Amino acid sequence: MLKAENLLYSYDNGVKKVDTVLDNLNLNIKKGEFVAVLGHNGCGKSTLAKHFNGLLLPLGGDVYVQGINTKDEEMLWTIRRQVGMVFQNPDNQIVANVVEEDVAFAPENLGIPSAEIRKRVDDALKTVDMYRYRKHAPHLLSGGQKQRVAIAGAIAMRPECIVMDEPTAMLDPMGRAEVMETILKLKAQENMTVVLITHYMDEAAMADRVVVMDDGHIVVDDTPRNVFSQVELLKSLGLDVPQVTELAYSLNKEGFDVNYDVLTVTECADAIMDYVRSIKSGN
Amino acid sequence: MAIKIENLDYVYMQGSPFEKKALDNINIEIKDGEFVGLIGHTGSGKSTLVQHLNGLLKPHSGHVFINEHETTEKGEKLKKLRCDVGLVFQYPEHQLFEETVYKDIAYGPTNLGLPKEEIDIRVRDAARCVGLPPEVLDKSPFDLSGGQKRRVAIAGVIAMKPSVLVLDEPTAGLDPAGREEILSQIKSIYDEGNMTVILVSHSMEDVARLVNRLIVMNEGKVFADGTVDEVFSRGRELRNIGLNVPQVNVLIDELVARGLNINPNIYTVENAKNELIEYFKRIKEGGENA
Ligand SMILES: Nc1ncnc2c1ncn2[C@@H]1O[C@H](COP(=O)(O)OP(=O)(O)OP(=O)(O)O)[C@@H](O)[C@H]1O
Ligand SMILES: Nc1ncnc2c1ncn2[C@@H]1O[C@H](COP(=O)(O)OP(=O)(O)OP(=O)(O)O)[C@@H](O)[C@H]1O
Ligand SMILES: [Mg+2]
Ligand SMILES: [Mg+2]
Repeated sequence: MLKAENLLYSYDNGVKKVDTVLDNLNLNIKKGEFVAVLGHNGCGKSTLAKHFNGLLLPLGGDVYVQGINTKDEEMLWTIRRQVGMVFQNPDNQIVANVVEEDVAFAPENLGIPSAEIRKRVDDALKTVDMYRYRKHAPHLLSGGQKQRVAIAGAIAMRPECIVMDEPTAMLDPMGRAEVMETILKLKAQENMTVVLITHYMDEAAMADRVVVMDDGHIVVDDTPRNVFSQVELLKSLGLDVPQVTELAYSLNKEGFDVNYDVLTVTECADAIMDYVRSIKSGN
Repeated sequence: MAIKIENLDYVYMQGSPFEKKALDNINIEIKDGEFVGLIGHTGSGKSTLVQHLNGLLKPHSGHVFINEHETTEKGEKLKKLRCDVGLVFQYPEHQLFEETVYKDIAYGPTNLGLPKEEIDIRVRDAARCVGLPPEVLDKSPFDLSGGQKRRVAIAGVIAMKPSVLVLDEPTAGLDPAGREEILSQIKSIYDEGNMTVILVSHSMEDVARLVNRLIVMNEGKVFADGTVDEVFSRGRELRNIGLNVPQVNVLIDELVARGLNINPNIYTVENAKNELIEYFKRIKEGGENA
C-alpha cells in the first residue's frame, strides 16, 4: 500500500546546506496494516508522513502509493484520494469557517455526490463526538476539539489509508481511547491501512507493527511485543515503554523475577500473580 | 505569588447563536509556592481559565487577583502582571514570531529592559534547560519540528523568570525523553523556590508524579480540588468526565481485585515498585498466606 525505497530528503533551500532529514529510508506497509511510528523530536516522522500523499517529493529514491510513484504528477489526485492525512498541528489544516464545511472539504474535492457527503460528514463528526459543534467556527474551538475535527476530515474521505501525525497529542484520556477505538474499527470494518505517529507508548502497543526512527533511518521494525521488550534500547533512543512494562521491568532489575514481556494491564497483572504464586510454592 | 479567583464567569461570543459559557462561577485560591495541576476534558475551560491569569482574557463577571492586584488593571500594572505571570501557550506556534530561535527566546528578557549580557546568559540557560542544542539558536523557529518549536516556546517564558509559571500542556508533542527532561527541569526550577507553578495537562501520569494539588475542570466548572490521592481515588467519576487514573493505578486496582493485600492508592510507577517489593518480601518470609 505504502512503500518508501531508499528515500532521501533534506529541506535544503539552496541557500545553505542543511542536514539530510530522511537518509536512505526503506519501508513497506501492507494494505490493512496498522503501523505505529515512534522516534524522538526532529527525527523525521512528519517529513516521512508528508511523502505518503505527495506533499513532499523524494530528493532521492522513490515513494509508491498502491504502486503509483508519487513523482507522477498526473496521478497526484489519485494518490491524495487514497491517503487521508491528519497533520500534526490542526490549525494548519483548517480550511473553512464552519466545522461541517471543513470536514466536507476533502470529499467535495473528490467529486462525491452531495447527499453522500452529507452522510459521511455527519457520520465522521459523530465518530469523533463533535456533531453538536458542526455549525461552530473551527478556529474558535479548544485545542482538543480542533484535533477531533481534523480527524473527522480524514475519515470523511473514506480513504484506503490514513496517516495520522500525533492525532492524540491534545486529547483527554477518553478522547485518546476513542481515537484508538476508531482506528481499530476502521481497520476491522474497512480494512483501512493506518499509519499512526505518536509519542504515547501505550498507543503504539496496540498496533500490528511498530517502526522506530532515529535521525532519518528506521532502527527497529517489529511487533510491539518485540519492540517494547528492548527497554534499554528504546530509552537510549529517547523513547519509553508503557507504564506496566516499565514496572515489570524495574521489578525484574531489582532482582524479582517478574516476566516483563507485558504490554497491557492484564498481562502485567498475570505476570505479577505468576511471580507471587512461584514465591508461595517455593516457601 | 498568590492567586485568587472569585466567582469568575467567562462567555465566548456572547449574544451570538454560538454563545458559550466557558467558565461558570470559578472560585480558586492558590497560595504562593504551590505546584498545581489543572486537568479536565477537552473544551472544559482550562485554557480559558489560565489566560485570565496574565490578563489576556478579562472576566465577564467576578474577579482575578494576582498578589492583590486585579488583572483588569491597565498600563504599567498590566505590563508588570505580564512579567510576573509567564504563560506558555497550548500551541507554541502562537508564541513564535521572530526570525531566529535566539531572538524569540530573547524577546521577553529584552522587553524587561535587561542588559545585553544578562539577556544572552538567560537565553542560553533557558535553551539548555529545555534541551535545545546551541546550533538551533540561529535557525528560524518555523523550520523546526513540532517538538522543537514547543521547547523554544517554553524557553522563552522561562527566560523571563516569572513568579508564576503557567504551562498549558507543555509536553504535548514532546518525545518521552524530552517530556521527562522538561518536567524535571520545571520541577527543579520549582524546587529552587519562589515560584508558583500551574501545569495544565492531559497526562494523568505526569500530574500524578509532580503536583501537590490537582484541580479538575468539567464543563466550565471546578469538579474537584484536592491532593493527588484525593482526586485519583475518585476513578469512576473521573472516567465519567473524560478523564482517567494513571495506567499503573489501573493495574494496582486489578491486583487488589485479584486478592493482593497492597495499598490501593498508588499513582506512580516508583511507588508501585516499592509497594510490590515490600509485598514480595512479606510473602517470602511467609508472613502472608492469602
Ligand atoms: N520546513 C522546514 N524547513 C527546514 N527544516 C525543517 C522543516 N521542517 C522540519 N525541519 C527539520 O527537519 C527535521 C525533521 O523534522 P520533522 O518535522 O520531520 O520531525 P518529527 O520527527 O516529526 O519531530 P516531532 O516529533 O518533533 O514532530 C528536524 O531537524 C527539523 O528541524
Ligand atoms: N475563541 C473562542 N471563541 C468561541 N468559543 C471558544 C473560543 N475558545 C474556546 N472556546 C470554547 O470554550 C470552551 C472552553 O475552551 P478551552 O479552550 O478553554 O478548553 P480546554 O479545557 O483548554 O480544552 P483543551 O483540552 O481541548 O485544550 C470550548 O467549548 C471551546 O469550544
Ligand atoms: Mg512531527
Ligand atoms: Mg486548552
